[in-house]
Amino acid sequence: MPKPSEQKTIVQELEKQIAELKLQEGSVAQEEITRLQEQVDLLQRSATAEDKDAWTRVLLARHPQRPYTLDYIQMLFTEFTELHGDRRFGDDGAIVGGFARFNGHPVMVVGHQKGRDTKQKLHRNFGMPNPEGYRKAFRLMQLAAKFNLPIITLVDTPGAYPGIGAEERGQAEAIAFNLKEIPKLRVPIVPIIHGEGGSGGALAISVGDRVLMLENAVYSVIAPESCSSILWRDWEHKEDAARILKLTAEDLLGFKIIDEIVPEPPEGAHADPQATAAAMRTALERCLAELEAISCDERLRRRNERLRALGTLVHES
Amino acid sequence: MAWFRKEKKPLESPTAEKRAQTEGLWIKCESCKRILWKKDLEQNLLCCPKCNFHFKMTSEARLAMLFDDGKYTEHDAGMSSPDPLKFVDRKSYRDRLTAAQIVTGAKDAVRVGEGKIDGKSLIACAMEFRFIGGSMGAVVGEKITRAIDRCIEKELPLVVVSCSGGARMMEGIISLMQLSKISAALARFDEVRKPYISVMTNPTTGGTTASFAMLGDLNIAEPGALIGFAGPRVIEQTIRQKLPEGFQTAEFLLQHGMLDAIVPRVDLKTYLSKTLDFMGAWNASKPRK
Repeated sequence: MPKPSEQKTIVQELEKQIAELKLQEGSVAQEEITRLQEQVDLLQRSATAEDKDAWTRVLLARHPQRPYTLDYIQMLFTEFTELHGDRRFGDDGAIVGGFARFNGHPVMVVGHQKGRDTKQKLHRNFGMPNPEGYRKAFRLMQLAAKFNLPIITLVDTPGAYPGIGAEERGQAEAIAFNLKEIPKLRVPIVPIIHGEGGSGGALAISVGDRVLMLENAVYSVIAPESCSSILWRDWEHKEDAARILKLTAEDLLGFKIIDEIVPEPPEGAHADPQATAAAMRTALERCLAELEAISCDERLRRRNERLRALGTLVHES
Repeated sequence: MAWFRKEKKPLESPTAEKRAQTEGLWIKCESCKRILWKKDLEQNLLCCPKCNFHFKMTSEARLAMLFDDGKYTEHDAGMSSPDPLKFVDRKSYRDRLTAAQIVTGAKDAVRVGEGKIDGKSLIACAMEFRFIGGSMGAVVGEKITRAIDRCIEKELPLVVVSCSGGARMMEGIISLMQLSKISAALARFDEVRKPYISVMTNPTTGGTTASFAMLGDLNIAEPGALIGFAGPRVIEQTIRQKLPEGFQTAEFLLQHGMLDAIVPRVDLKTYLSKTLDFMGAWNASKPRK
């Protein structure tokens, strides 16, 4: 059995062949398509079994066809009304947010946004926010708290942008401020990590009452490539790094850092975005119903308890 | 028979004991490169007497210089990391921990003390750079959170002296969660209205800056300290250009509005004492609600 990463390359190659064959006519081509399709199915089944390794998940989380935040907003909400700007410096394309309706109820949705084509990628800065992005996110959350709207965040970023302007305008302060102030907001907050959870840049909008994570999303303190270059001084060990960093949804559930895993189709979210969004909707409906059912004080008490217990893995003597 | 013979014993190679007499007496300043007599340096709170370069301080020396008569009660000194990820790269995290524990004599990268500054009770945390770059894992996160919890319970002011490269990679996502845990605890600390002063020293970067270091009622720094979110090398690699002179120094941050003041080490204790007074740290009467 080939390794999962190799399987993926094989599957891609086979899919390319099938596409080429579909352009041809005749029963021979048809037979060949069926045969290849069977192989693809077989390979995908093994590639999607429990042994799917950490690096495969990193690749799936970064898959170019994977739905991005605005795609999910389209599928999960109606009447999305985007709001712009942090009122201090500018409008960051890497963070989107605004009012929307979830099953008819008004909510506030905020998330990272990546771009598909080159122009969009530049506009979205590859999903890496500057300080104004985090300040916009918090401004919208505060607005939500003022008008008693639940907050849903959609998390998908390689990380906060490491640039000169970002440092000058206080990237660290912007993230730190969110980490301290978001817990005080008196409305339900449900973050969903659906793609890349890139360190502090992801965490800055991932604080909440119930944290959800898609099956193939990853959430890590450092990218496997950077980890590899620090520890091994090259990028060749990125697969090892992905494994030892424990960045998969199962790992995080085990550490009680996330509360629930949202299932994806066997080949990954990109294979069937509608089905992924449907699974997300089910989980979100349940979480919001549970959080709305308890009093605000009780919700805040539980939120603080949850935050206080985060990653308390220590030894005492 | 040999024509020449050694009549005398060969010169003795210097023993460890003899070498100790000269070793470590002198130290080169990292900034002005002058050779300094170590005793002079120590008497000057580890600041170069010639160019005022601030050398790194151990957590022990830091707490000793802050508290009256160098006296304080240490909290949670026995807390250590159980290596939650079972992290092994070229070396195991366990071995790295053991090595750091031997070098520093501490269990992890922060020391928490309760004591007095000019008679005012408070809790101070000092990070230990020699312990895996002062990086923040679960132990650092939990010790600082407990310090905040104690400050809430006893209504005491808090001082944290940062000296850290950021989150500890060998505890992966667990270390990232410490940012959230500590910051949320500081949010609760706001309610008791006692001061929190963050002192940033060289260096303070990454997850440390992106959490408690930037969240003080006052954010102050020692002169020349490197302070930032991303490390200079990461930024250079991303933008593919050289960084401007003085980028990410304490002076740069002051200019960009991120700091209340730059305080030389020699004035630090006086500055803390004075500002704590302004913020009513030791006042018996409660501030207005």
